Amino acid sequence: MTLLISVFAAVICTVIWYKNAPKSEMKTGILCLMFWGASIMWLVDAIFEYAELGADYFKPEVKDMLNDAFLGLSVVALGLIIWLVILLVSDPKGVIKKLLFKKKD
Amino acid sequence: MACFLIPAAEAIVTTAVSAILKRKEKEPAAVEVKLDGEHTEKAVKLPFSAKLKWLNRLLWGGSALLAFEHVWHGEVVPWFPFLTAAADLGDAAEMLHEMSTAGVAMAALVTGVWLVMVGVSALIEKRALKQAEEPAPAKE
Repeated sequence: MTLLISVFAAVICTVIWYKNAPKSEMKTGILCLMFWGASIMWLVDAIFEYAELGADYFKPEVKDMLNDAFLGLSVVALGLIIWLVILLVSDPKGVIKKLLFKKKD
Repeated sequence: MACFLIPAAEAIVTTAVSAILKRKEKEPAAVEVKLDGEHTEKAVKLPFSAKLKWLNRLLWGGSALLAFEHVWHGEVVPWFPFLTAAADLGDAAEMLHEMSTAGVAMAALVTGVWLVMVGVSALIEKRALKQAEEPAPAKE
């Protein structure tokens, strides 16, 4: 479930990135790569788990599924927060700079 | 248990390498390409250090989110020795085994995906340069 949620997040971010490319004012490329990186790593985790459990891997308990979904959503939230911090610190549109410095007439 | 430490270690190395490369790289020469498929314009190729940044972001992002998962499952804690498995000898051996299997596989697959990205981007660059060299079709 965590893998599925992170893959969906990665796909959605990639579509948003492509729609706005080549402009990268919102730095969505970072978000894409972050979710893709996590998705690849969870895919490896899933392969190892499948090798251990076999077909049972696809029959998770409802309680486990709910916990995994909760984790997946929390991971997406964390990814978005990391991206937001990077965006505000790098300030590609100069919004924060304009807030901090007022033009002298 | 601590599989994310292997991609994180690779991320430290690749970040250092990309920083060194960026300092050593010369300004790329301008080439003529048809970015819109019709008009030829001057552009510079993306340097290798910028492509290495893709790998950095894949590795750092993935490791950070996986580290959070480990905190969620109580495998990483904010006090010494930080990894719960490190407190017990049997668990530590299991953790090292997981790092050497799943951790290495994660780092290898992420690097493999990045290599494919670099390969595809090189093909796109080559095709764009070839298109720019072709003479424009005569208008009737």
